[in-house]
Amino acid sequence: MFSFKDKQIANEIVTKIEKLDVKLKFMHVCGTHQDTLVKHGLDVLLRKCGIEIGQGPGCPVCVTTPKEIEEILLLAKKNKIVATFGDMIRVPGETESLQNMRTEGYDVRIVYGIEDAVSIAEKNKGKDVVFMAVGFETTAPTTASVLLKNPPDNFSIINCHRTIPPALKAILDMGEIKIDGLIEPGHVSTIIGTKPYEFISSDYGVPQVVAGFEPLDMLMGVWMLVEQIKNEEATVKNEYTRVVHMEGNIKAKKAMEEVFKEGDKKWRGFPVIPKSSLELRKGFKDYDARKKYEDELEEIKDKEFKEPEGCRCGELLRGLLPPQECPLFGTRCTPDNPVGPCMVSIEGSCNIEYRYSK
Amino acid sequence: MDLKLLCHLEHNFITYKAIITPYMCLAIPGKIIEFDKKKEHATVDYGDGTKRKANVTLVNAKVGDYVLVHAGFAIQVLDEKEAHETLDLFREMLSMEEEN
Repeated sequence: MFSFKDKQIANEIVTKIEKLDVKLKFMHVCGTHQDTLVKHGLDVLLRKCGIEIGQGPGCPVCVTTPKEIEEILLLAKKNKIVATFGDMIRVPGETESLQNMRTEGYDVRIVYGIEDAVSIAEKNKGKDVVFMAVGFETTAPTTASVLLKNPPDNFSIINCHRTIPPALKAILDMGEIKIDGLIEPGHVSTIIGTKPYEFISSDYGVPQVVAGFEPLDMLMGVWMLVEQIKNEEATVKNEYTRVVHMEGNIKAKKAMEEVFKEGDKKWRGFPVIPKSSLELRKGFKDYDARKKYEDELEEIKDKEFKEPEGCRCGELLRGLLPPQECPLFGTRCTPDNPVGPCMVSIEGSCNIEYRYSK
Repeated sequence: MDLKLLCHLEHNFITYKAIITPYMCLAIPGKIIEFDKKKEHATVDYGDGTKRKANVTLVNAKVGDYVLVHAGFAIQVLDEKEAHETLDLFREMLSMEEEN
């Protein structure tokens, strides 16, 4: 019996890497990758082989900006029904979170996805329903698919969709961190395929691999990067072929293309990243809560919101700091009482580190 | 290797959480049991009796297929042939090591 969790095989791959005697630093951009690495102790195992793997800006909840959080908080305060994902409601804003507001009696709903939010709108025709649409290319097609089906007039979204390749480019352009290889996110790649990453290898000479989420997927991914480095190659390899195809999910890409266009966007911990936003096209402006409730959002329109005091999520998201090195980690900032989003989301590197270190 | 084994991720924390709690960003594999009349949604079995409806308009799937579900939408059909080939690749890599 041979599975993607086989310990013996894992050890054999690790031994093979160990023999090469390398000192490399890789980055991945996916919370589920981080979960696999920490849960199975692969991070420790690989460190012993000279390979450090850190998480970059790969948690959609974490990279959502303080301003976006304040927008949704304000709309909840203006008595809209606000719907979003479970980990989003706990992200602290300047003074409170959606979760606090819920206990204060505001109508905040947790949903599995955008379709549930549309159902809430259909059942509450007299009320306005705003969905906080967070997520990378994995989630954006679900928003696109729903908007293409003419949801009811009382439904709209605070659009926070972002795209991964421009963020990778931003990290490399900033040059704050040495990256010998990139492990690309399996689920984002399920939608976009492998082509959109190619410029990173050709322009920056960085080897890449799209990897799955089982321990052997990740180890194999690491091996595929090490091999490229050994052979002085820089291309995009695909380890996760059972799910990721070169062309991605064509139906999903088509839906995204119909609904969104490229724009620039600020990410938490980053300046504005060019072309990293999926902006709603003209025909879907009626579903844009920022336009629809422009007057109600006026009071925070030009206001800047800072990161919580002492919070180092920004540096974490740029791969500069491991969670344990944040002075707040496990003391003032815990999953029960989070200061920053990286401790809130189960995809956040602080939350993952805390969960498995306890 | 049975694809079912590959898909049912032994109910580790993250999988379990994703099925029972609406966390975003995760994608969980499950098997399509039946389609609704309009064929826009299907019942997906995640193992151990956990079944939920998922939107299947973004994939070309049939009953019995394993799909990857994210935020209530199936985003891809899992390719059994490729799963086997990946495992073969691992085997091949390791046997090359032995030869060396």
